[in-house]
Amino acid sequence: MCLGVPLKIIKIIDQNNAVAELGYGNTLNINISLTPEAKEGDYVMVHAGFSISILNTQDAIDLLQVIQELKNDNMKFHQTN
Amino acid sequence: MEKLILLSYGSGGELMRELIEKDYLKYLSNPILDELLDSAVFELSGKLAFTTDSYVITPIFFKGGDIGSLSVYGTANDLAVVGAQPLFISLSFIIEEGLPIKDLHKILESISKAAKEINVNVVTGDTKVVEKNKGDKIFINTSGIGVIKSNRDWRNREINIDDVIIVSGDIGEHGLYIMLERLGMKTDEIVKSDMGYVGDFVLPLLDNFKGIKFVRDATRGGVATVLNEIAHKYNVEIEIEEDLVPTKDWVLQASEILGIDPLYSANEGKVVIVADKSQAQDILNFLKNFELSYNATIIGKIISTQKPRVYLLTKIGTKRILESLKGDILPRIC
Amino acid sequence: MSLVKTINLNSMFNYDSQSLKLFTKEIVNKIKELVGDKEYVIMEFCGTHTHEISRYALRSILPKNLELRSGPGCPVCVTSEEDIDYIINLVLENDLGVITFGDIINVPGSVASLSYLRAMGKDVKVVYNPMESIKIAESNPNKNYVLVGIGFETTVPMLAHTLINIKQKRLKNLFYLSLHKLTPPATMVLLDSNEVKLDGIIGPGHVSTIIGSKAWEDIAYKYRIPFVIMGFEPQDMLFGIYVLLEKIINKEYGVWNTYLRSVRYEGNKKALELIFKVFRISSANWRGLGVIPNSGLELNNEFKEYDAKLRFPLTKEIKVKKTACRCGDVLRGVIKPYECPLFAKACKPSSPKGPCMVSSEGSCAAYYLYEMN
Repeated sequence: MCLGVPLKIIKIIDQNNAVAELGYGNTLNINISLTPEAKEGDYVMVHAGFSISILNTQDAIDLLQVIQELKNDNMKFHQTN
Repeated sequence: MEKLILLSYGSGGELMRELIEKDYLKYLSNPILDELLDSAVFELSGKLAFTTDSYVITPIFFKGGDIGSLSVYGTANDLAVVGAQPLFISLSFIIEEGLPIKDLHKILESISKAAKEINVNVVTGDTKVVEKNKGDKIFINTSGIGVIKSNRDWRNREINIDDVIIVSGDIGEHGLYIMLERLGMKTDEIVKSDMGYVGDFVLPLLDNFKGIKFVRDATRGGVATVLNEIAHKYNVEIEIEEDLVPTKDWVLQASEILGIDPLYSANEGKVVIVADKSQAQDILNFLKNFELSYNATIIGKIISTQKPRVYLLTKIGTKRILESLKGDILPRIC
Repeated sequence: MSLVKTINLNSMFNYDSQSLKLFTKEIVNKIKELVGDKEYVIMEFCGTHTHEISRYALRSILPKNLELRSGPGCPVCVTSEEDIDYIINLVLENDLGVITFGDIINVPGSVASLSYLRAMGKDVKVVYNPMESIKIAESNPNKNYVLVGIGFETTVPMLAHTLINIKQKRLKNLFYLSLHKLTPPATMVLLDSNEVKLDGIIGPGHVSTIIGSKAWEDIAYKYRIPFVIMGFEPQDMLFGIYVLLEKIINKEYGVWNTYLRSVRYEGNKKALELIFKVFRISSANWRGLGVIPNSGLELNNEFKEYDAKLRFPLTKEIKVKKTACRCGDVLRGVIKPYECPLFAKACKPSSPKGPCMVSSEGSCAAYYLYEMN
């Protein structure tokens, strides 16, 4: 099992199992016991059949925005904490 | 009790005779086979193509076909890509004892259907049965003969700088689908093998375009391996672009999960074509008329004739080597 | 005081190729400006980073005086010769089956590789999901099996889950060989050795997802070195390298997390709990680095009954055959793969002389497959 792959949860079965979407209606059963707060609609990072993190895209800066800042020589790092 | 193939079926005796006369002839009958001689006897003239293949795929039944239809299409494809009209096929079965007879019937039916569809005849065959655990359900060995019309024979055409590389459609489906099957992953009807007879579009293509320099089906090892074979045979440098390679979404997802690049995944209904640049657009328009090649795409070109190399231009614009398949990534898939 | 800062780059979804190419151009220009004519060395400690750096040919566009060196980031590669020989001897001396996943079967030991033994008729199986080992053991209750557990912190929770299931089912014929290793201790040993002067470190994305960005704070502080955790898309790595350079030039040290979408400060608590339900920290033998205390995982008391090394102790000492393979030196970043005399001659993926060429995450394999021009 290699790289982690980001997948979207389309159904929670129980606290340990969920169904993730593979595209075109295909699904993969994954174990979500390591990410108990995962909800339907969340994207999770899946490695070896387990979700290891819920992917957080809140307050994320966009690649295109970065390009602009690089061009204008105005790179802000949007540091937090 | 379910009827099974037993060791005695392979010994050449009564059970074997019944199997042949009742079952094989029922599904595969044609004048040459019906004679049931030790060899098929026929007359043929012209330039002949002759190929052989073995099929050891597991699982033997899958979406889009089974080991039987695969053996017919696969053999016919090997003939079609060198410009031959496939005519006759031989089929040898090596059956592991215990195979349910109904599975054999299913396979025979599938072979019959495929053969009729592409107008080839199974003219001779053989059956052996091996002990339990000395085989794997069923292995099929084939050979095939076809006739090449001169105008379809591309073998002496020179490959030049700027010649384009075309793939006849979305790549990597068969290999990745079989991997998913073997891992027991549920898939819907979109996910299946791309198995098909490429002669349907390759032969008309060869009839209409003198600028076709090379055709090969991209089976084990995938498109990347075929590109390397071309590079080494003709001593050319090939460059393809990652962005241009046509790949279905489910194939991309499966490749990320399994860690297998679609460029190395087997295809059973796709070919790689090297063609004259001036005819490229017309070739693409022509291929759009056929079901198996509607999504034919130019993915790259020949950039020099100095040394054998294949390069990939990545999606971020960098360039790297694309090697052929090394080692044994995939389990038995064809 | 937390030394970890976060920079949140959202590059999860597929960007169109035009944006990617534009971004690449801009960021590489900025990197070139920063690097100037000075020389810098940065190292990654994750096999997937090693692989992706080569796959996207990042070295070909980054300035030559910015050197990307690969460290010991590939779990198969850092498996010691003694451990490989132990597994081979296990199979040769006992009538048992070995179950592994991944490339380890092609790694040559002093005598042979597992794949060679399989061809000889020995029971060696590769599974894609460790849970399959349970089905195998259950369907052959009269045979003993050893599941070989390889992997860093990212993979261990899945194996812990498997072991809990093995115990629940009260299986008597499935044993476990833990070859698991922890990344931070190896990083420290490398920094201590000073064989390669490192200016900055590319932090592993999924190991950090499990152990948290905080796990690197002490190292960054002790060695006064900047550490940037990054994801695996090419834009993640280019952006991360840019940030790392910025910190190097400003002489800042600390941990910066640019893979915020997956990595949290505390990591994945559930995963860590699961790991320690089954394992405890022990020393481990690393190819190229030797035995490092507190750098591995062994089964804890609750699971000791499944320990293969206890159940199948070796009857004779293993004498590891010295070979010309220099994987150990490659892993420490002391030589580049192409500086090994065997590289691309006697040692290729089709006939590997060591694990760095066998594994898809190995440095030698990455160079051979992608960087031969």
